[in-house]
Amino acid sequence: MPIVEKTEMIANAAGRIVPETVNGRPQTAYMGVGKYQPIDRKAAPFIRTAADYPANGDKRITNLETALRKCGLRDGMVISSHHHLRDGDRVALMVLEAASLIGAKDLMWFPSASFPSQKGAIPLMEAGVIDHIEGSMNGPLGDYCTQGKMRGMGVLRSHGGRWQAIQDGEVHIDIAVIAAPTADPFGNCDGSHGKSACGSLGFALADSIYADHVIVVTDNLVPFPCVPWQIQGNNVDYVVEVDSIGDPAKIVSGTTQITRSPDRLRIAEFIARFLRDAGIMRNGFSFQAGSGGIALAFVSYLKAMMKQAGVRARFVRGGSTKYLVELLEEGLTDYILDGQTFDLDGVRSIGSNPRHVATSPFTSYNYHGKGNFASMVDAVVLGATEVDTNFNANVVTHSDGRLLHGIGGWQNCLASGCTILAVPSFRDRIPVIVDEVTTLCGPGDLIDVVATERGIAINPKRQDLLDAVRGSTLSIRPIEDIKKEVERICGGRPRRPQHGDKPVAVVKWVDGTVLDTVWQIA
Amino acid sequence: MSNIVASTKLPALAGHCGLEVRSDLRVRLEPRARGGLEIQIASRVDVYYGDLIRRQAEEVLEALGVRHAMVEIRDEGALPFVIAARIEAAARRAGLGVGTRVLPDRLPLPDASARDRMRRSRLYVPGSEPKYFINAALHGSDGVILDLEDSVHPSEKDAARLLVRNALRSVDFLGCERMVRINQIPLGLDDLDEIVPESPDLILIPKVESPEQITEADRRIAEIKANYGITRSVWLMPILESALGIENAFAIANASTQIVALTIGLEDYTADLGVVKTSAGNESVYARQRVVNAARAAGAQAIDSVFGDVADLEGLRAWALNSRAVGFEGMGCVHPLQIPVIHEAFAPSAAEIERARKIVTAYDEAQENGVGVVSLGSKMIDPPVVQRALKLIARAKAMGLVS
Repeated sequence: MPIVEKTEMIANAAGRIVPETVNGRPQTAYMGVGKYQPIDRKAAPFIRTAADYPANGDKRITNLETALRKCGLRDGMVISSHHHLRDGDRVALMVLEAASLIGAKDLMWFPSASFPSQKGAIPLMEAGVIDHIEGSMNGPLGDYCTQGKMRGMGVLRSHGGRWQAIQDGEVHIDIAVIAAPTADPFGNCDGSHGKSACGSLGFALADSIYADHVIVVTDNLVPFPCVPWQIQGNNVDYVVEVDSIGDPAKIVSGTTQITRSPDRLRIAEFIARFLRDAGIMRNGFSFQAGSGGIALAFVSYLKAMMKQAGVRARFVRGGSTKYLVELLEEGLTDYILDGQTFDLDGVRSIGSNPRHVATSPFTSYNYHGKGNFASMVDAVVLGATEVDTNFNANVVTHSDGRLLHGIGGWQNCLASGCTILAVPSFRDRIPVIVDEVTTLCGPGDLIDVVATERGIAINPKRQDLLDAVRGSTLSIRPIEDIKKEVERICGGRPRRPQHGDKPVAVVKWVDGTVLDTVWQIA
Repeated sequence: MSNIVASTKLPALAGHCGLEVRSDLRVRLEPRARGGLEIQIASRVDVYYGDLIRRQAEEVLEALGVRHAMVEIRDEGALPFVIAARIEAAARRAGLGVGTRVLPDRLPLPDASARDRMRRSRLYVPGSEPKYFINAALHGSDGVILDLEDSVHPSEKDAARLLVRNALRSVDFLGCERMVRINQIPLGLDDLDEIVPESPDLILIPKVESPEQITEADRRIAEIKANYGITRSVWLMPILESALGIENAFAIANASTQIVALTIGLEDYTADLGVVKTSAGNESVYARQRVVNAARAAGAQAIDSVFGDVADLEGLRAWALNSRAVGFEGMGCVHPLQIPVIHEAFAPSAAEIERARKIVTAYDEAQENGVGVVSLGSKMIDPPVVQRALKLIARAKAMGLVS
């Protein structure tokens, strides 16, 4: 049955209005950073016995439809997939369409992220095969959700939050489908080899451990053992061989190009200089930067400064790209701890260099664990769509309320020693520094620096950073100052768009509490 | 002078729109005999600024005296000074509002620029691409050139002129010298009518071949300044771009007291000679040296051409080092990435500064002791060497290399 609900809305600790119930499940409203303390045990799948699986380890099934039937596919089940194949993925839709042929209804699709090429999920939602999506939505799927067309409510989680939700039993996966660039008949999987190689498979790890049923789909079956195994066959029920799991051209990019936009280069250079001048760039330090244009340029500026100062990092966190691989190969970092692999150089390196290590959302990001890597990173460079003068930031919606990006590891990375948002001060005529963010994704308490092409703003709560850069030639300015300048350029404060009154999705905080609501666009 | 026929009152277009366009807009204006104003607006930033865009459109049209027209605006996030310029351009192209200037609010005018200020780098910005205007000054060049000449299509000259005029009023160019490259004289004289009232710091006059062209521009500028009561200087930088221009270099450099620098355009110059422009530059050694010498003789700065290959920063560095070595004081930039490379190349080295300091110290000591002959170690220092050292220290100070 589709879940039709009327939910009460309450204000959370950040003052945002959030639903008390989402898709039939009661929620805890956000209580503040580090405030929510759950007392419970982790979820677990059923105990299985080896007697029920082939002794020769051969779990192959002829096709996906048969595998789904053997998993006991029923209406209302939760089907999960991972996004390591990014916009090139063919498997998630293949599974959902097979489920449709079987006649399943009201499924919850639980991807670790969705991509524009998966817009084929829309007709499946129209047909009632999928009730709703819990996972990042952008492009056509994001529009479908914010137009209020999805029956259930979207749930947006960080990578760490997704692990937490699975582990804590908030989301119970009935059938996990894992696209594997290489696998053996027992179900061991590796992402670094094969024609559809994507590097790490970390996003599928929780699914493999906690789902009731696990199906591996591969286009590169090798005889046992598949080495190295990132996914253990001991968690896998069935292995299905297909011609192709994805379009290699869209799985990884060739060589990622550094931006030539002078404004973006300027922001990147500012951030590198900031790390140097604040003393964060020192022997044994660590940093994380994504794969966006500014982040790549930042890495190349920082690299030059590290070389000049004779500084070596202990580790850098990926998304790995050619630029991180060069740091590793030139001895400027001891390790790459890689969550996902963006380009061909990254895939080559993770497949061959023992110091380029695949990580998972458990090791890197999970907040309900005994610590995680994210808080050990000295500095992280992130993007944002909006930031307010209290340093609260938005990363999921455009300022008109449309879903634009997933959260990814963004929320988890806020735990780093110095969180830096790299943003232009305005896009087109739209100021990025605002009075109030459209959607709250990151509490300002955790955001330390906002770097724009018009200067750098440091959160007044970080007096230590303000002190550290005293004497630097960088333009350090109060955030209100930059905001005022930009509003002058743009010809006044923008009007705040009105949203509709129907909640269409929620943004979870890293601890599973509800941080904010995404509303139907008016 | 423009390509408008005032009597026909046909619909007119100005500006650009489309998915790839940013910070611009397209205005279609159809004059009507009656019925008032009908304004349709489709904007990428409608939810934020739709009201303001409408109000601004109404104000600009009213100021232009446009009372009856159908106006369609497709806006791609243009800033207000751009919106005003595009509406004015469309109205003028439709034969309306002739003789009216609709001026956006003016920022406080920055201090006038000094005759002998540093001009190591000047960043070219195409005058018809408003998206490049707003952040042009952030990149730290000594000057920003809003270009009305080669980067602007002939059919866009009238509209670019309005954009550049509005930018001079509304855009904060920070510490950059505000330069405008007008079109070749005589077309460039019409540019002056729009530009000079906004007190640009410096006008680049392209393709100058004779001192008379400078005189003509000089006279027009003086007239406009008088009309508007402007007393501050509008400096001139002639660009020599032909064999004839090079031959007349000294006469041109001496043609006006407002000339502060002389520069050379190598694309056109090499085309005039019928030779290939190379990155080694052997084909233009004479012309460049002639410019240096003529400028020096006339008491002006000698400024080099641009280095066109943005990707080749090493080539640029080599070119700029050579430029400085042969007597140029700066060069043009076609991309902000070139600015730091040029500044570095035109900066005196630490060893040069150190040697100049020693010479100056020795000179000071000699003065104090009333000794006529200055010596450093066993070497006698001639007066011109002292002068050069003083100049180098002053320049290093201006660049922030010494305190």
